[in-house]
Amino acid sequence: MLQLLLFNVTNGLIIGAFYVLMALGLSLILNLSGVINFAHGGFLVLGGYLAYTLTPFLGFWGALIVAPLLTAAIGVVIEQTLIRRLYGRDPLYSLLLTFGLAYIFEDVTRYIWGAQGLPVTIPAFLGRPVSPTLFFITYYRLFMVAVAAAVVLFLFLLLRHSRVGVRIRAGTLDLETVSTLGVNVGRLRTFNFALGIFLAGLSGVLAGGQLGLDSTMGAGLLMPSFIAIIIGGVGSLPGTLVGGLLIGVASGVTAVFFPSASEAVMYVLMALVLLARPRGLMGEEGLMT
Amino acid sequence: MRESGRTHPAVLAAIWVVLLLAPTWLGLVGGYTALGARVLVLGLAAMSLNFLLGFTGVLSFGHAAWFGLGAYGTGLTLKFLAASTPLSLLAGTLLGGALGAALGALIAHRRGIYFAMVTIAFGQVFYYIAYRWNALTGGDDGLRGFSRQPLAIGPWRIDIVANGVAFYYFVLVCFAAAVAIMALLLRSPFGHTLVAIRENERRARFLGIPVEFHIWLAFALSCVFISFAGGLYALLNNFADPNNLHYSLSGDLVIMAVLGGMRSFWGPLLGAALFVVLQDYVSSLTTNWMSFVGLLFVLVVLFFPRGLLGVLRGKSPA
Repeated sequence: MLQLLLFNVTNGLIIGAFYVLMALGLSLILNLSGVINFAHGGFLVLGGYLAYTLTPFLGFWGALIVAPLLTAAIGVVIEQTLIRRLYGRDPLYSLLLTFGLAYIFEDVTRYIWGAQGLPVTIPAFLGRPVSPTLFFITYYRLFMVAVAAAVVLFLFLLLRHSRVGVRIRAGTLDLETVSTLGVNVGRLRTFNFALGIFLAGLSGVLAGGQLGLDSTMGAGLLMPSFIAIIIGGVGSLPGTLVGGLLIGVASGVTAVFFPSASEAVMYVLMALVLLARPRGLMGEEGLMT
Repeated sequence: MRESGRTHPAVLAAIWVVLLLAPTWLGLVGGYTALGARVLVLGLAAMSLNFLLGFTGVLSFGHAAWFGLGAYGTGLTLKFLAASTPLSLLAGTLLGGALGAALGALIAHRRGIYFAMVTIAFGQVFYYIAYRWNALTGGDDGLRGFSRQPLAIGPWRIDIVANGVAFYYFVLVCFAAAVAIMALLLRSPFGHTLVAIRENERRARFLGIPVEFHIWLAFALSCVFISFAGGLYALLNNFADPNNLHYSLSGDLVIMAVLGGMRSFWGPLLGAALFVVLQDYVSSLTTNWMSFVGLLFVLVVLFFPRGLLGVLRGKSPA
């Protein structure tokens, strides 16, 4: 029993780390541009499939870097041609646009790579368990957590100490003032969007190595990211981090006792947070309400 | 406030004539009666959503949940409780309406993007419940094993089970009743208050209007209407499945409202008609229909943000 519980808590943390990666990307874009990117799951799947295609040429490590960069580049093209036109308009329109893009992504990835699930090939040593007693923890799982932790650390350092990071944070609070101070807001938003999509692509590669890929997986992973953001508080990246880990562990633990409720528990958690603290755990009062 | 319900009498008459005669002309243009009923039901759903989206200015993106609850409530009642079409429809409407009212209380003070996110996320709860609760809902396969029942009005029995045309008229009567109530609500002082909140929430608040209460009530009413539509949908198909609750249907309903014109009462019906017919047609031609639907979303947002009726009227965008 204890072993099972330990297994599921660990598993929950790993899944949580994964939700965090995806939700942070969504959160970045939402905070600065006010766009709920429904196509985020689509970008994730695209990143995974690009890695699948690139692995034979670049190996896993090359694909791990190049696939997310390519995904981000595609993201920039879409931001420049479509999403940019909708900044400042009613959020309804960017929602609908990215919603339509999600449909197109799912269909196009299925058209190109087929409906059959495909795995991203990982190096053999990563597939081994860490020890016979802890048979359920493979090196790959540890690797996923390590990558997620490194990315989170990098992101927070970037936002705290780099010039562009400070501008992103300032823009989240008051974009108009940032613009008045002479910052090119358009370029800032594009960089920020690319950063968010890079995280989606990276999540896709990591997920591909663990779960395999199929064109519908993006939609399934989108909702937990939403919940992570709402629980943590819209507008707060640390909140998103906490929210993602929380729902990961909560659904992991629930899977031990009541497997069929492992999704529902996230929503219960969200309802409780909204009841007790409507702005989310770490959300700012008045922001994005 | 032309938008709060004053459609030109001639236009109004034309709409009803077209709807009344649908079983005759649908066949001539390559349609079928069940398609007409589908348009009516999804049109009613889109109009219910637009009660909130277009007239109250609240962005709910999870309305499929209430639609699906209406469908499951109706189906489960027919299957386990009572072999009566009106009773099951009432039960479905109450189920969706009550749960919508309860959750609405939790989110009525949220706005804009936050409101949209919370409604999407909460909507998915019911999807997972329907998907996972195999014993009751049939899980992924959907709820089967129920059928709409003949209507008994006094001494008369109307066969809406096998007779598709009779069922179309049953749906049309239900549609007319719901739409009439919706129009009356929008014309009432309550409806004008909703439009006032949409136009300028702060001013409405300063006028002493309890904004949160009005938004909650509009949300709850919208849930009641759309659950009713969901119940009709279950009767139409004699089937309910988890996709009736999924957020992709919510998105489809929003695009129907926007495509037809959010600022007009009848716009969502037009949008639903176009969407349903297009989807029916494209999916008969190609398996890649999702790309076409996605493209429709993109094109509408970029080129028809005011919808077809908005373009026809030439009014300025909101």
